[in-house]
Amino acid sequence: MPTRGSARLPMKRSVSLGVAALLTMAAGDPGSGRAIVANRQVSACLLCHSGPIPDPHLQGNLAPALTGVGSRLTAAELRQRLTDPGKDSIMPSYAATAGLNRVGQPWVGKPVLTPTQIDDVVAFLSTLRAP
Amino acid sequence: MKRLLVLALLLTAAAGDIHSGYDDASPETRAMQDDDSANPGFLWVREGEAQWSGKACAACHGDARVSMRGVAARYPAYDAALNRPITLDQRIAQCRTERQHAEPFTPESDAALGLSAYIGLQSRGMPLQVSTDGPMRPFYETGRTLFNTRMGQLNLSCAQCHDERAGMKLAGAVIPQGHPNGYPEYRLEWQTMGSLTRRIRNCMVGVRAEPFPPDSAEMTALALFLAARAAGLKIETPAVRP
Ligand code: HEC
Ligand code: HEC
Repeated sequence: MPTRGSARLPMKRSVSLGVAALLTMAAGDPGSGRAIVANRQVSACLLCHSGPIPDPHLQGNLAPALTGVGSRLTAAELRQRLTDPGKDSIMPSYAATAGLNRVGQPWVGKPVLTPTQIDDVVAFLSTLRAP
Repeated sequence: MKRLLVLALLLTAAAGDIHSGYDDASPETRAMQDDDSANPGFLWVREGEAQWSGKACAACHGDARVSMRGVAARYPAYDAALNRPITLDQRIAQCRTERQHAEPFTPESDAALGLSAYIGLQSRGMPLQVSTDGPMRPFYETGRTLFNTRMGQLNLSCAQCHDERAGMKLAGAVIPQGHPNGYPEYRLEWQTMGSLTRRIRNCMVGVRAEPFPPDSAEMTALALFLAARAAGLKIETPAVRP
């Protein structure tokens, strides 16, 4: 079985990240990442952001547009945004399971997205190039 | 002291541009609210009116248009026997079970919402004016803290949306300032009438938080804080919202 989407990781980035990082940062599947971003029940991204996805009138404007974000940020930076946005941001951490308050029963102990889903979203965001 | 506080709140209101969710609604939604014969909330008002006169309410309180005028504007209010504030809906429930010896209402039932809407209507156009001093103070402070506390898996506070980002768009919806002046109100999204408690529950579930139970101390403290934060806004019950 081929590794999902491995060919799509730009060479120069993999080189600078080192072996350990490569192991935890499997290359994701941008198609799946797009579906995750488009589905607000799954990811909630479009509650706050807009992006190159249908139904712009149902997207938020609490955050920068995701259009072109793959040209602004590296894959590592995108991943950091998703997993550790910083406590001053209103963006939730998509990896956090601790340090949260009154999490609803169905979500206790679970991150918003699984590590694989995060890989996929990062892969999708990397494809969003400025025109 | 009380006067001063109310004045201070009114001044903050003026300075901070407090406006009703009505102003954020579409012209169509506003038109529906403006016309009592088009406002679906009046189906519940009529039901409440029938209950008022048919049941023991009128026997004790007489004509609601006189005795209930201005009542909704002062709630949540302090209940000396319980040593804590209670909401208008809790007061109605209290009258029903303790004075009328009737079965408690099912929350969000047409009967409960109807009476609440009928009583709320008697204060329509009057400014919200709850007391936050004396024994109310600690409950108000609790409400304020809860409003500003991040919660849920999406880790957002009420304030982050309703204070800091009101007017911006969450998905397709304009974020209103989050005022309680229209409740119970008809929401097009629900296709029915609902209480303030139900609305807050929706917002909490939206950020994937465990909602405060309807009659919890936390929910009442939040309702009190919201009412004080909206001081001076006119009551619109039964409002219509998206
Ligand atoms: C509750 C609001 C919210 C949600 C939900 C949210 N974000 Fe964000 N995001 C922000 C804000 C606000 C910023 C701006 C920087 C900051 O304040 O952290 C941001 C910044 C970003 C950035 C950097 C943009 C740039 O141009 O620098 C990326 C990439 C991003 N978010 C992706 C996502 C993705 C993908 C999701 C869903 C999986 C998501 N965000 C969900 C609020 C949100
Ligand atoms: C992520 C953003 C967000 C958060 C956090 C949030 N809300 Fe809301 N709230 C909304 C939006 C959007 C609406 C309007 C929905 C609509 O119009 O369909 C709303 C509506 C309301 C309303 C109704 C206003 C009216 O005019 O009828 C009240 C009251 C309210 N929220 C209170 C709260 C409270 C209390 C909390 C915290 C426990 C909270 N909200 C948390 C986004 C949020």
